[in-house]
Amino acid sequence: MANANESSMDKDLQNGAGAAAILAAGIGCAALGVFTLLADAFNGIKSFLNFYNPTGPLSGVTTLAIVVWLAAWFVLAKKWNGRDVAMQRVSVVAFVLLAVGFALTFPPLLDLLQGK
Amino acid sequence: MEISMRDLWTVFHGMGFGALFMLAFTGAIVGLVRMGAPGSSAILNRKDRMILWFYLAGMVVLAWATVFSGAYIVYPWYRAVPPAGTIDLADYPRYLLLSSKTTKEWHAFGMEWKEHVAWIAPIAMTMVAYVYWKYCWCLAKHGDLRKAALIFTLAAFVATGVAGAFGAFLNKYAPIRGGETIQLTKGE
Repeated sequence: MANANESSMDKDLQNGAGAAAILAAGIGCAALGVFTLLADAFNGIKSFLNFYNPTGPLSGVTTLAIVVWLAAWFVLAKKWNGRDVAMQRVSVVAFVLLAVGFALTFPPLLDLLQGK
Repeated sequence: MEISMRDLWTVFHGMGFGALFMLAFTGAIVGLVRMGAPGSSAILNRKDRMILWFYLAGMVVLAWATVFSGAYIVYPWYRAVPPAGTIDLADYPRYLLLSSKTTKEWHAFGMEWKEHVAWIAPIAMTMVAYVYWKYCWCLAKHGDLRKAALIFTLAAFVATGVAGAFGAFLNKYAPIRGGETIQLTKGE
């Protein structure tokens, strides 16, 4: 915990880095849901997402969700590090994205969206 | 007393990593709630904060170990395709479940949900551990950050609960068996 000392507390008070991590986690969860839906709805995408055959499309869905999450975190952290951002707004967007992630991994909803 | 290699890995995945991760949530939730208590910076000393950070870091390791061991070790055995003409589907859990009207929803609903929703947990908990590491000393002053981290922790708990519950049920109806046998003790 290199930065975890009270003397550096003031420097760490800006919420940008934390907001970037929270919003990126929301984006990662939503990406998981979107890739799950796409793999379920389109055979071409399902085949493309078959990165590792024994695991099937789940390998591609989760790998791409992790890539999107980490990329979003990297970009947002670069932009917001050392700054203060409107945390309430960021939180609301992150929670909505988290809810999208939950919803799009729920099989009955996936079937409903595809008219199955 | 013996156990098959596949059984052993299923135990590592579900009980060794997953259940331990699930159990750890109470400590994480209590720790994060405690951070928001009035005067929490006085209540929690340096040692307490270090312990909570290592605790959260341990949860992150368990969360990733659970999903990776599930997706890349156990799941391929679950979805293995039986050779044409196979009548006994005991070694092919996915096909065993799909072979009966009374069990096919355990795959179509249970496994399909579990295999995806579980990945929310490590993403959320990695973020929570990072936020705690970054704002350890002043998280009490950042109420919005702390609340967001707490909500993501609760979401990770729900995702883990769904995955764990369906994992337990699926292992009842279509256990993953087979592979090399490990003899633990010799019978008399």
